[in-house]
Amino acid sequence: MTDATIPENLTAGGANARPRFRVNSRAVVMTLYLLFLLLPLYWLLNMSLKTNTEILNDFTLFPKDLTFANYATILTDPAWYMGYVNSLIYVVMNTVISLTVALPAAYAFSRYSFMGDKHLFFWLLTNRMAPPAVFALPFFQLYSSVGLFDTHIAVALAHCLFNVPLAVWILEGFMRGVPKEIDETAYIDGYGFGRFFVKIFMPLIASGIGVAAFFCFMFSWVELLLSRTLTTVDAKPIAAIMTRTQGASGVDWGVLAAAGVLTIVPGALVIYFVRNYIAKGFALGRV
Amino acid sequence: MEKTVNQKAWFLVLPVLILVAFSAVIPLMTVVNYSVQDTFGNNQFFWAGLEWFQDMLSSDRMWEALWRQLMFSGIILAIEIPLGIFVALNMPKGGFWSSFCLVLMSLPLLIPWNVVGTIWQIFGRVDIGLLGHTLDRLGISYNYTQDTLAAWFTIIVMDVWHWTSLVALLAFAGLKSIPDAYYQAAKIDQASRWKVFRYIELPKMMGVLMIAILLRFMDSFMIYTEPFVVTGGGPGNATTLLSIDLVKMALGQFDLGPAAAFSLMYFLVILLISWVFYTVMVNLDKKGM
Repeated sequence: MTDATIPENLTAGGANARPRFRVNSRAVVMTLYLLFLLLPLYWLLNMSLKTNTEILNDFTLFPKDLTFANYATILTDPAWYMGYVNSLIYVVMNTVISLTVALPAAYAFSRYSFMGDKHLFFWLLTNRMAPPAVFALPFFQLYSSVGLFDTHIAVALAHCLFNVPLAVWILEGFMRGVPKEIDETAYIDGYGFGRFFVKIFMPLIASGIGVAAFFCFMFSWVELLLSRTLTTVDAKPIAAIMTRTQGASGVDWGVLAAAGVLTIVPGALVIYFVRNYIAKGFALGRV
Repeated sequence: MEKTVNQKAWFLVLPVLILVAFSAVIPLMTVVNYSVQDTFGNNQFFWAGLEWFQDMLSSDRMWEALWRQLMFSGIILAIEIPLGIFVALNMPKGGFWSSFCLVLMSLPLLIPWNVVGTIWQIFGRVDIGLLGHTLDRLGISYNYTQDTLAAWFTIIVMDVWHWTSLVALLAFAGLKSIPDAYYQAAKIDQASRWKVFRYIELPKMMGVLMIAILLRFMDSFMIYTEPFVVTGGGPGNATTLLSIDLVKMALGQFDLGPAAAFSLMYFLVILLISWVFYTVMVNLDKKGM
């Protein structure tokens, strides 16, 4: 008995030793990488909880006298918090518009071949490649001339420039994964195109729609150049308002940091909701 | 998948066409319009032909910005792609820790770009930033507003911080799609770790990696906000990338003609390089099907 168990233990130990070592090296790599990602964020959070005197005079790793005054400044002043509202309004508008037009188009690209489809698809993608800097001035003139300047819809439409192609690209990837027999069966069963699309097809690619919405949200939320160029007061996004902290008496670092932390919150919430689809989503449905 | 020929599919694409025509074609035509005309104010325009294009092609300013841009995109691709693959290989495969890493890694991707700039602007400052202060304590002179090398170091580390997770997430998605049987076969053949990577993991990741390269190339080539917030294009013109230079020219100096010609050539360069990546990607897609 003992003779049999000892070698067994040994081999078990020997077999375990290597994977355990591997697991550790993995953990070390991931810890280092996450540390690298989180350190700057930690520093921002740290600063947002300090007073300006402490930021400028003491170099401390933790806030000595914890203060929420910086957050209070932002959350009580409409000039500040309306920035978040404005940003959210145009981001949501853009996501809805992008998905509405992208869904039928992606269906067409994934199911049918028609004259010029490949060229059209690449042409759409080229709009995702267009530098916003190129479009800043013409957009400004275009939206001024049609009287849309400084409205939420102007920014939402401008962001369609890069979000619509991306949404089409993502949705097309997901739709390709749905077998075509489903369409054919539904048509034989007497479904019209509209009813089939909404009732049967859209639930099948629900995760794809979620991912596309996530990306539209993301790229519209993080963009600044166009949204800043197209707004002055009424629709000014939070990211542009942040430059306000540079006053005559220098920069109000605490409030700047607090505003920064608050811009991270919506993104973090969205990530939390889509966490199970992130990996496939970032691969645009192509794995 | 076999596709049926159906010309009516055009109707499904029509809404996208109208929308994109409004938000892309009209503005682009405005740019083309400016690029061939000259103005003396008062909204009076004169035909200038290709003059602006010739001007821009012979100006050092554009070539220098282009060169800096290529260097920037090249460096960040050379760091982010291998680092992203390396991180993806070390990600926990499933369970709580996998989601934990995924959520934390996606965090930088959802931060508005000027906030990313602000974060690194603060982080790198010698007086109040952790990075700047630590380097200063170690006796390394580091001042990204004065020193070209430090400025470049800052914007590159910032971009690596910002976007490596995207590459890692893509590579991770590719890795997850590899069936276990492949690894078991490799084990039976006693393949080394490197060979497993080279002959199983890398080929399977190729498709998503092309997406990663395409996205990272496009986005780094039009980067504006982050380096602008951190360095403002300085010291001097050391970090004036193409977009920064273009905005300076178009909205700052209001040199519409040259800026428009610049824009078009800028767009064409992106288009050309992206087309190459895209063609490679589509071919890989076809092989994978």
